[in-house]
Amino acid sequence: MTTNSSAAAPAAAPAAEPAAEPAGLLQPGVSAPDFTLKATADQELSLSELRGNPVVLVFYPADWSPVCGDELLVFNQALPLLRKYNATVLGISVDSVWSHQAFEQDRKLGFDLLADYQPKGAVARSYGVYDEQGGFDKRALFVIDGAGVIFWSYLSPTAINPGVDGVLDALDRLQHTSSTTTPAQQ
Amino acid sequence: MTLHPPVGPDDYVQGPADAPATLVEYGDYQCPYCGEAFGIIKQLQQQFGDGLRFCFRNFPIPEIHPQALPAAETAEFCGANDKFWQAHDTLYDNQERLGPELYTALVRELDLGVDDLETALREGTYRNRIQDQVDSGLRSGVNGTPTFFLNGERVALQGSFAELADPIERVIEAARR
Repeated sequence: MTTNSSAAAPAAAPAAEPAAEPAGLLQPGVSAPDFTLKATADQELSLSELRGNPVVLVFYPADWSPVCGDELLVFNQALPLLRKYNATVLGISVDSVWSHQAFEQDRKLGFDLLADYQPKGAVARSYGVYDEQGGFDKRALFVIDGAGVIFWSYLSPTAINPGVDGVLDALDRLQHTSSTTTPAQQ
Repeated sequence: MTLHPPVGPDDYVQGPADAPATLVEYGDYQCPYCGEAFGIIKQLQQQFGDGLRFCFRNFPIPEIHPQALPAAETAEFCGANDKFWQAHDTLYDNQERLGPELYTALVRELDLGVDDLETALREGTYRNRIQDQVDSGLRSGVNGTPTFFLNGERVALQGSFAELADPIERVIEAARR
C-alpha cells in the first residue's frame, strides 16, 4: 500500500492508492476511495457509478446546524454553474437517511445527501476527514475527476463555511487540464 | 478571496467613482442579517461621506426566503427605471412586509407602471441579471448573506457589521497619505 506522497503528481501519472485509513485529508493524485451509501431508505449510490464526469464531495458535520445549512444552500445556489462542468454534487454526513430526507425537503436541495451512518463515519475515515472526538464528518471538500482520482481537496475549520469558489476554481483547472493534456473523457 | 468581476458600469453604486473605499454587499432582501446590516451601512455612508462608495449585488436564497427573488426583481425593475436605491431602501425598511402588496405600493410611489412590474415578474425579465450576480458571488467566495468586499477583498467579520468601519477607515486614511 502506497502512502500519499504524490500530491503534486501530474494528471497523467497513475493514481496512488490511499492508505486504508489515512492520517489526514486525502490529497490530489490519490484514487478516491469507492463507497456505496444510502441516498434514500431504499436507494444506494456508489461513487464508481459516476465515473466519466467530475464529482464534488461535500463532507459536513450535521444536518440542521446553521453553518451546514448555509454551506449546502450555497452549493444549491451553485448547481447551475456546477452543471456546466457536468459535475455531480454529493453531500455526506453521519446523519440517517430520514434526517437527510427531511433536511433536503426543508431546504429544497437539488442534490443527494448520503448517509455515512453505519458504520458511522466510515467513508469520512477513508477520506481522512472524520472527527473522532466529535463523532462527525469534518467540513471538507473534494473534487474527483472523471477517472476517479482526487483532483483537489480542502479541509475547512468546522465553524467556517468554505463557500464554493475553491470547487469552481478546481473544476476550471480540471476542465483546462482535461482539454489540454488528455483526450476528452467519455 | 477576491471580487470578480470588479465593480463596473452594470452595478448600482452610491458615492463617487473615485472614492478611496468601495464596499460591495452581496445581499438578500429577506435575510434578517442583511436587514440589520442595512442600517449600519447607512451610518457608515454618513460617517465616511465621499470617502465611501457602496455597491449592492443580489444574492437571493429562495430556498429559505420565498420573497427574496421577487423583491430583488422588483428592485431591478425600479433600477432599470433609474430608481434602484429608492426601491432598495424601501424594501429593507419594510423587510417584514415583503410581498406583492408592498411591491405594488412601491412601484406606484415611484410613479412606475404596476402592469410593467407584473409583466417583468411574470416573464422573469431580470432573472438572468440576478443570476449573473449570484454566480459572481459564488465565484468570489460568498458563503452566505450578507457578504462584504472592501476594495475587492472579502471582509471577514467576527460578530458585528459595525466592524466594517475600521477597515474602511484604514483604507481612506491610507489614501490620504
